[in-house]
Amino acid sequence: MSVQTTKPPAVTGRGGAGGKGGESGEGRVLNVFSHGVLVIWGLLVTMPLLWAVISSFKDDGEIFGSPWGLPSALHFDNWARAWDKANMGQYFFNSLVVVGGSLIGTMLLGSMAAYVLARFDFPGNRFIYFLFVGGMGFPIILALVPLFFVMKNMALLDTYHGLILVYIGYSLPFTVFFLSGFFRTLPTSVAEAALIDGASHTRTFFQVMLPMAKPGLISVGIFNFLGQWNQYLLPTVLNVGDPDKKVLTQGLVALAVSQGYKGDWSGLFAGLTIAMLPVLGAYIIFQRQVVAGLTAGALK
Amino acid sequence: MQHGKYRFIVGFLVIPLAIYAIFVISPFVQAIYYSFTDWTGLSSDMKMVGFDNYTRLFKDSVFWAAVGNSVTLLLLLPVVTLSLGLFFAFMLNVGGRRRKKAVIGGVRGSGTYKILYFFPQVLSIPIVALLFQFAYNPESGALNAFFKAIGLDNVQPDWLGDPQLALWCIMGAMIWANVGFYVVLFSAGMSSIPKDFYEAALLDGANRFNTFFRITLPLLWDTVQTGWIYMGILALDVSAFAFVQIMSVGPGGPDYSTEVLPLYVYQKTFRDGQAGYATSIGVSLLIVTLIFSAIVMRLGRRERLEF
Repeated sequence: MSVQTTKPPAVTGRGGAGGKGGESGEGRVLNVFSHGVLVIWGLLVTMPLLWAVISSFKDDGEIFGSPWGLPSALHFDNWARAWDKANMGQYFFNSLVVVGGSLIGTMLLGSMAAYVLARFDFPGNRFIYFLFVGGMGFPIILALVPLFFVMKNMALLDTYHGLILVYIGYSLPFTVFFLSGFFRTLPTSVAEAALIDGASHTRTFFQVMLPMAKPGLISVGIFNFLGQWNQYLLPTVLNVGDPDKKVLTQGLVALAVSQGYKGDWSGLFAGLTIAMLPVLGAYIIFQRQVVAGLTAGALK
Repeated sequence: MQHGKYRFIVGFLVIPLAIYAIFVISPFVQAIYYSFTDWTGLSSDMKMVGFDNYTRLFKDSVFWAAVGNSVTLLLLLPVVTLSLGLFFAFMLNVGGRRRKKAVIGGVRGSGTYKILYFFPQVLSIPIVALLFQFAYNPESGALNAFFKAIGLDNVQPDWLGDPQLALWCIMGAMIWANVGFYVVLFSAGMSSIPKDFYEAALLDGANRFNTFFRITLPLLWDTVQTGWIYMGILALDVSAFAFVQIMSVGPGGPDYSTEVLPLYVYQKTFRDGQAGYATSIGVSLLIVTLIFSAIVMRLGRRERLEF
């Protein structure tokens, strides 16, 4: 690897001491310029999000009349309406069930497959590895047409477990790729010691290797969680029969369509905000881990 | 021991491999087969029609509109997103005031910038797409309201309703959603480039503009290349589908100006009941993807420099 991830530089305490007269003009101009463009992009990123949050407290008249104004009163009823009447609560629950199941399944099955492929020699090892890894580069939409009918024949359409299985399947390529790379870097001596002490291969895996692979598991776990939580294409094709089974991403789009007809824009902004805030909150809390998890794949 | 080992290997591989084979591999293989049939998707009747679906593609003007739009996205989206990402990352890392010893330094508050820039990356596509759809709304959207507020009452574009603008509007949302990730990614790469390299170059009379093209970019090339392929696949496949399907009128409109290949596959299967024909569109998408990846992999292959 030629480019190493390093710890993000500390936010504060880097600037202060230095600038004592000796600074060149070029440096100062560049400094002003770079802060300028960085602030502009910062505003471009945050304004739409703030706009959505502010709009979720307005009534419909204000949304149309003064899109950039502040709400005259905080209409929390928008939020209540989106949560109950527009089923956001139900969609949230569906997403939790599906992603809960698929994340556990992906991590367990992915790490098992990755471990075997990384640490054992057997005929067909390379073939199976490339079968998994090759899945990363194919357009998923091509597989979706036949997949719909495979699911239909197995009576898996519009079910939680059907969606869970599909999420696992499409998360395996990256998970296996990333974790097998990770298992390969772990020292062999610890596992050998465990085997000599009489532990079975299975026990060695669960009690010795998995704990050692924890940093890699956390990275790929966060990657998979966000990917599966934000998944839109798969449920749009495979989970359309039963409106009560919609996951959050689908629910939002359905909400946009139905509230658009009803003209309930404030309810829609409330729905968007409800979907947005938990993820942003979790990101701010686990900021470092999330960034490490999402960039891990690209830096390998 | 040997016996135990093989039982263990099979035991660990059988479930993941079965799920993967049933839900991922077999649909891909079937798709290729179906592309040579006249299957509707509505019943199980079908017969082989040879290359009929593929010859039909040549006469299908909507297909060519979709190819054009997909290729436009493929050419522009990665380049614009990665350039902005590199630019902001470079500003973060060398835009700082000069310190006592270091020749270059990061700007103050670079951590805060990175936290903000990464926001869109954790949001789902529907959230971003819907947000932008409102912002583009001609009557009450934030953009036209802004134009009014600064006195540009005459400039009130139709945005997503205008065939000339619609694809660019969608591309704007996709760029917005992806730049932050690359700022953070490239910034991590840049901060690991040893400062002596810059010091030596600046002593030799290079300016900062030169150091970017002579030092930073070559040393980051592997990461840029990976990002390019990611962005290319994103522009061709899932992401393009979701943005266009949610944001555009139709979807795919107005007047097929935002029709893209993955959306056309979806519409032909689930709207028009032409699953066989749809898979042949999917196969052409696969071919475009493979050509693109092959070209990017070959671009600027170089020796890896360890530092």
